[in-house]
Amino acid sequence: MNAMFRGKGWSFGFRSAIMLYFIILIVLPIVGIYTQSFSLGWTPFWESVSDPLAWKAVLLTVRLAVIATLLNVFLGTMIGWVLIRYRFPGRRFLNSLVDLPFALPTAVGGLMILLLLGPNSFVGGLAEKIGIEIVFHEPAIIVAMLFVTFPFVIRAIQPLLEEMDKSEEEAAYTLGASRVKTFFSVIFPTMLPGILSGAMLAFSRGIAEFGAVVLVAGNIPGKTLIASVYIFGEIESSNPQGAAAVSVMLLTLSFLILWTVNLIQGRRGGQ
Amino acid sequence: MMRRLWITLTYIVFGLLLIVPLIKIFTGSWADGWSGFIEGITRPQSLHALMMTGIIVVVVTALNTIFGIMLAMYLVRAEWIGKRIKRLLNSLVDLPFAVSPVIGGLMIVLILGPNTIIGTMFEDAGFKIVYALPGMILATLFVTFPLMVREVMPVLQEIGAQQEEAASTLGAYSWYTFWKVTWPSIRWGVIYGVVLTVARSLGEFGAVLVVSGNIMNKTQTATTLVYQDVENFNVVAANGVALVLAAFSVGLLLLMEWAKKRKEVH
Repeated sequence: MNAMFRGKGWSFGFRSAIMLYFIILIVLPIVGIYTQSFSLGWTPFWESVSDPLAWKAVLLTVRLAVIATLLNVFLGTMIGWVLIRYRFPGRRFLNSLVDLPFALPTAVGGLMILLLLGPNSFVGGLAEKIGIEIVFHEPAIIVAMLFVTFPFVIRAIQPLLEEMDKSEEEAAYTLGASRVKTFFSVIFPTMLPGILSGAMLAFSRGIAEFGAVVLVAGNIPGKTLIASVYIFGEIESSNPQGAAAVSVMLLTLSFLILWTVNLIQGRRGGQ
Repeated sequence: MMRRLWITLTYIVFGLLLIVPLIKIFTGSWADGWSGFIEGITRPQSLHALMMTGIIVVVVTALNTIFGIMLAMYLVRAEWIGKRIKRLLNSLVDLPFAVSPVIGGLMIVLILGPNTIIGTMFEDAGFKIVYALPGMILATLFVTFPLMVREVMPVLQEIGAQQEEAASTLGAYSWYTFWKVTWPSIRWGVIYGVVLTVARSLGEFGAVLVVSGNIMNKTQTATTLVYQDVENFNVVAANGVALVLAAFSVGLLLLMEWAKKRKEVH
């Protein structure tokens, strides 16, 4: 066996197998989707993308994902801070609970939201009385995105807060800076790269989310139909070219975000 | 004062967003009593769906663990790949994170579907990929690919190549070096990666839904069954299956915590 792995031919074969697996599994499909969406030329691509229902779906997705991300930035910064800086009963429990949305199937997440906020539930009934509709409307989509992307910001800022040099903060206090001022001039700049990369990851996950949203959104074209559900609908109605065109829009956006995150993290690593 | 306020707010967010929904799944599946729950999960389609999910989880985790560790080692250690290419490959690893699961499924349908050249070739040979188990496994492999690589790479970078080099200069074979020197240090990273991969493949929904066609008793998985039950307004049954999935997830979460702690120690 050892001799086998040492042999030149074997090691070459082994390397090629790993690289082939990687390229066939990851790179080929992505190249495939870009070529497919332009397979019939530029005009059909443009027609698919400029279909009002298609771009309305993309715009809606981006708008709701931005709202969910902003909420996450506020909640995540607060929670990340509280979990690192304060000692209180239940802290460890809450800290491990942060990852729940990653561990839980998204379809189960969607079902939970449906049960909790649906028309037959306590909250849903209450909201309906005061004239707010949650499930099958925009608020439910935001809640679903918020749930799925909850861990990103928290997990991105926690290591930064842990590494942070406490002496800088103390120096600021000693020099007479107020708590608020210390926060914004010392602590916040330390957390900022984490907040940014966490927010971008949350955003790209938000625009990609399908499972949790499809169950609660109602999926009314032009109103509560988000991009990933639109793509699913196009596949179901045997229009793969249209599905691919919208996918390309969404993918390009996600790649730009991912690339920016890598750039931010790379620069931080270089420092 | 401020401290109290922040902690209370944190508890409120966790309660509303995570704890109450989780409890709701538990109580919801008992809404029709014990028999409703049992009926929900012992329906033939539930059992079949859970079995499909089980097969996918096992196959995907095994494949991605082996290939993930190997690729991580190449991306960190290999001298036969140029620096630039290494950086390019490294950034490609994360691609599945940026791809919506539905798009991941669509890609497989576009390349291997029944209307494509490759798809017809396989189908003529009597091997169905799309709307069958192989396609579902492929879709899940794609979605979970980065998890293992991303867990193992930082550990390898941290420990450096010195020990391994020392071992091989002393004449140890590469396989032996791997087990005696590399493996003990990456072990907890690998375990953590396995837990993440299991969790993700257990819960994968969008990609599998597109590729499988969601045919009952054939290509239906646990998550796509939950979806179908909800669409058919059979919420109690959906809850039963969801509860089984949620219980697994919580178990995996506990495992994750344990592995994380061990990873920090080592």
